[in-house]
Amino acid sequence: MSMLEVTGFGKSFTIHHLDKTMPAIKDIHFSLEAGEFIGIVGKSGSGKSTILKSIYRTYLPDAGKILYDSEKYGLVDLSRIAERQMLYLRKFEIGYVSQFLNVMPRTTCRQLVTNTLLEMGETEDMAQREAEKALTHFELEPKLWDSYPKTFSGGEKLRLNIAMATVKKPRLLLLDEPTASLDQHSKIKVREIIEKLKSNGTTLVGIFHDIEFMEVLCDKVYDMHPRREVGIGVES
Amino acid sequence: MDETPILQVRNLHKQFGPGCSHCTDLDADHLEKNFCTSCGTVYAVRDVSLDLYAGEILGVVGESGSGKSTLMQCLYFDTDVTAGAASINVPHLAGENVFGLSSQQKRAIRNHDFGMVYQNPIHGLKMDFSSIGNIAEKLIAAGSRRVDEMEATGKRLLENVQIPLHRMKEEPRNFSGGMQQRVQIAKALSNNPPILFLDEVTTGLDLSVQANVLDLIKKIQRDLGISMVVVSHDLAVIRMLADRTVVMLNGEIIEQGLTDQVLEDPQHHYTQQLVYSLL
Repeated sequence: MSMLEVTGFGKSFTIHHLDKTMPAIKDIHFSLEAGEFIGIVGKSGSGKSTILKSIYRTYLPDAGKILYDSEKYGLVDLSRIAERQMLYLRKFEIGYVSQFLNVMPRTTCRQLVTNTLLEMGETEDMAQREAEKALTHFELEPKLWDSYPKTFSGGEKLRLNIAMATVKKPRLLLLDEPTASLDQHSKIKVREIIEKLKSNGTTLVGIFHDIEFMEVLCDKVYDMHPRREVGIGVES
Repeated sequence: MDETPILQVRNLHKQFGPGCSHCTDLDADHLEKNFCTSCGTVYAVRDVSLDLYAGEILGVVGESGSGKSTLMQCLYFDTDVTAGAASINVPHLAGENVFGLSSQQKRAIRNHDFGMVYQNPIHGLKMDFSSIGNIAEKLIAAGSRRVDEMEATGKRLLENVQIPLHRMKEEPRNFSGGMQQRVQIAKALSNNPPILFLDEVTTGLDLSVQANVLDLIKKIQRDLGISMVVVSHDLAVIRMLADRTVVMLNGEIIEQGLTDQVLEDPQHHYTQQLVYSLL
């Protein structure tokens, strides 16, 4: 059984003040085995992030199915699962990294990662230890640990964002343009980090701004035009 | 997963005024917003149902006059409901509609099972008692009789909310708004309630103090597993705190969902306007 299977998925947006419904995407099909990486490609506005946000239920899907093989609940349709169950999956099974860091104000980098673990029920000691390990792993320098992320560079914020999502050891990770707006050096670091996730057995759906970058990392690619899975290296 | 909510509210109504032949048929939609132009009755809360689960923070957003605070006052028994039911999932109250209990029984629930933090600390604190005295008052109501224990608890709570202990004997009226709010939170927590109501607790506080209070609320959720209903008109506050959110307009819940979903993919016209207005 696949870890994730998206079938006939579609999403539109009703904009009340324009009295209009905007079709965003439709007829999306792809599937993913445990441990596989899939990259979604397509031009800006083609609905790549809409897919990720719908898997995470930040958007309410309106057609099709998003079947996920959960450790806790078995096979579930993420587009219809109860809110409380989705909250559980977000806490323990599915991670999401956006381009933006949106965290509690005036909370240190170290505390943010620690809190994530405390919320999962880890002990204080364990959470502290794991947090430090994660920050080291994602190459955030110890001198940053006790400062507030508001002052961080783009690359540092991103690495903190990835650290917060992966410290939970999610089975499925959703990654939305992790390298947009990063310089070459930071990109290489992020690539190494994603490679590490892969060797740890994480399953991943990612949107990568940099096609070359994606091709190195992903097992397969989903192209928004003409809406199908394509092999690596195929020109779209 | 069949999870029983710790607080379950069904079809809660609260109206101010008698209603008249013009407005009692609510389906007929004779109201101007939630106000009857014929008899002046205000339908402050209309058919509200919600579930609060153990350990979660439920956000309630909506504009001024949407019924958020009236809802909280009904839940905390500050005012009687016009109709509706609520049940609390603790052993001694199983199956009871708590709105139907005697005022004595309601007081017992407030003393043992509920905590409330009002927007205005004047409503939650005795401004002419000492800060630690305020906490002791709530502890006595909850059944404490030992002074040494109460003092120890009071000190621990005040330390938790970062009130310096050398000021614990001072009256809250000497304190800044943020300090008063923190004393109020300490008092609300003193009976170790499974359910805490927070009504616009950060409204009117400066950003720095707001950050403190937000952090404190999250810490309470993390460390104590207390379930909370957080009312705010500030979407940024709700985004930081709430797992799930309901949106109220003219006394009704018009939309509910996971907080990020309500904010990023709002379905109702009003919620969309609200989100577009976010700075």
